[in-house]
Amino acid sequence: MSRIVKPYGDTQDDGKVQLSFTLPVEWSEAADEAARQLAGKMGFTDAQVVDGRPIATGFSFFVVYASTREGVDVDAVVAPSARRHEMSMDEIDAFVAERIGRKLRVAGACIGSDAHTVGIDAILNMKGYKGDYGLERYRMFEAFNLGSQVAPEELVRYAKEHRIDALLASQVVTQKGSDIKNFTQLGELLEAEGLRDHVVLICGGPRVTNRLASELGYDAGFGRGTLPSAVAAFIAVTLAERLRRPVASR
Amino acid sequence: MELKIDRERVARCRELASAIVAPVEAFIAAHSTVSVERAVLRLLGVDGITPDEIPIPNAILDALAPDERRRGAALAFGKALAETGLEPPALGEALGLRRFALEQFAQTPEAAARGALRPHVEAALSRIDAQREERARRLARLPQLPPPLLYVIVASGNIYEDRSAGVAAAEAGAQVVAVIRSTGQSLLDFVPFGPTTEGFGGTYATQANFAIMRAALDEVGERLGRYVMLTNYASGLCMPEIAVMAALERLDMLLNDSMYGILFRDINMKRTFVDQHFSRMLNAYSGIIINTGEDNYLTTADAVDQAPAVLASQFINEEFAHRAGLPDDQIGLGDAYEINPDLEDSFLYQVAQAQLAREIFPHAALKYMPPTKHMTGDVFKGHLIDAMFNLTSVMTGQSIHLCGMLTEAIHTPFLGDRALSLENARYIMNTARHLGDEIVLRPGGTIERRAHDVLAACESLLRRVSEIGLMAAIASATFADVARSPDGGRGFEGVFARADDYFNPFDEALRFAIAS
Repeated sequence: MSRIVKPYGDTQDDGKVQLSFTLPVEWSEAADEAARQLAGKMGFTDAQVVDGRPIATGFSFFVVYASTREGVDVDAVVAPSARRHEMSMDEIDAFVAERIGRKLRVAGACIGSDAHTVGIDAILNMKGYKGDYGLERYRMFEAFNLGSQVAPEELVRYAKEHRIDALLASQVVTQKGSDIKNFTQLGELLEAEGLRDHVVLICGGPRVTNRLASELGYDAGFGRGTLPSAVAAFIAVTLAERLRRPVASR
Repeated sequence: MELKIDRERVARCRELASAIVAPVEAFIAAHSTVSVERAVLRLLGVDGITPDEIPIPNAILDALAPDERRRGAALAFGKALAETGLEPPALGEALGLRRFALEQFAQTPEAAARGALRPHVEAALSRIDAQREERARRLARLPQLPPPLLYVIVASGNIYEDRSAGVAAAEAGAQVVAVIRSTGQSLLDFVPFGPTTEGFGGTYATQANFAIMRAALDEVGERLGRYVMLTNYASGLCMPEIAVMAALERLDMLLNDSMYGILFRDINMKRTFVDQHFSRMLNAYSGIIINTGEDNYLTTADAVDQAPAVLASQFINEEFAHRAGLPDDQIGLGDAYEINPDLEDSFLYQVAQAQLAREIFPHAALKYMPPTKHMTGDVFKGHLIDAMFNLTSVMTGQSIHLCGMLTEAIHTPFLGDRALSLENARYIMNTARHLGDEIVLRPGGTIERRAHDVLAACESLLRRVSEIGLMAAIASATFADVARSPDGGRGFEGVFARADDYFNPFDEALRFAIAS
């Protein structure tokens, strides 16, 4: 089966997209035309510059509507999800008690320069997210939220000292690809310390996908809207698998 | 718009804040820190780095014996000034190169040291006076637009990029430009030197960087016919030194909280209390508006639950600020628009909290911080939430308005994001400029009840803090759900008891200036 889709404006396959960007030029009608031609070079057709205006000396801002000829075969897209174990908090606690028989120690932090703890807080803090309790609330988890702007070295040291079973690294706000650098560095440091095989390594953030996580050598990646129970279940099941005990299929 | 608030309760809260701060002030008066002493050296004119790239104020302090340090760095430095006849910058350089050691001059009489210091103390205060007067002249000639003052951040890591971004933002309507510091600078126990072009999530605060931004904003201010303010961060381990640099380079605002570093950067509380007091005295003298950081409480804990703690912290920050000589219009107490947008009537709670702060601190330069916690990659909804924040700010007469970015949860702002954000704020504030004057709040309605409840809970909280003491209260996670111990955290080793003959000529001069 193949099913090619294009962006949908108001008609099937019209390919409509909206773009906005800044150009480092003084605004003029020629600047509008430059924005239109740029959209063409991006591969768009029917580009209309619906707004173009100066925002500072030497800078102009544009809003462009255009069409793309490109489509994507959605049936051929593979994006493995880490959210594959649907369990409630009580079920996860029971699972850990039965299969692992001790509390799991989980540490998480916003790594690098990022001070936006909203993601890691949603997963770890008692209160949780959308009515799904955070890992602090779990009977069979000990959760340590190290907060924001934690250097990857510090997280690795912490993992070593506190015999952590699972590490959660969060990156919400990025600057020039710093999130990828930080995730990579954390993985490399764990490897260098010989800890990589001893922890479940997870990354999270609004732009994180499970595919990205596997490319980075992580065990899982969780993106927007992730509930704490999805992360808890992944950790519990993965650790149980590593203990080479049979895992109940659910 | 006016809330019926219990004025007697407000008065009781202020009395409690005074009772909370008094014992801390006694501690402050008996102690100094390495960063206070380095600030004294900087005020005297010491600057630069050693061949090993150690800032000279640090090199001098590090070489000072603990007993000498307890008497204040000024005394040992003054003796060397008297004996060598050098000017402070040259003496600093010679000490940095270890041509002298301060202990060589231990036998020099104190009177000679004081005499040698006097002209340099006067010169430092004159330089600060001149900058204060310069600001006043410029503000008179280049008046700002009415408050809320639109405040944006630049954070490229490269001071020259920040300069372009700051100028562009001013052209797009920004009245205050803050340069966010590089990640982790708050934890450095020294101030980097010279212009910098590499930072992480921000740009290093250095005196050279301050001067570069100041010159650029002065220039664009002339062009626009309105003064553009410059902000940086006197927080972390070098609060007093940053305050010195800011005074000398005519910054207009500094983030300068009494508890922020303790709670959010795990800086030792004793270090913070002593450092914030000296830096605030200097800010008071320099005419710099401080910004406090209560908004941060709401990023780690729930905004509805934490409202009384935010108000309590505002009372405490106000009391610390008054005791450091800051007048109300230089006290930018913080608050933020951080209530979960999914909560029904959340806008009413935001208005209640913002109006409550306005009425309790009528002359303070209230600083209102934008939504961050509930911002997502949905930039369209984010822009709408920012609009509601802008509306709340103009309705309730906030003084300093940090513009929210639609891309808050995505990246450090693009130039275009800042322009969209400023356009949003300018539109809302213009279209609803006098809305607050037209509104009569329903007696006993949701907004008034919420304000009443927050104030009542704040009083109980302040009472509890006053009973156990501020340090114990912080140790038991009273603020922002974060617990810190009095002798834990970073920088504690840099705190020391003042000797009986401790001498700090600026401490004396600033106290005198405040008293008169």
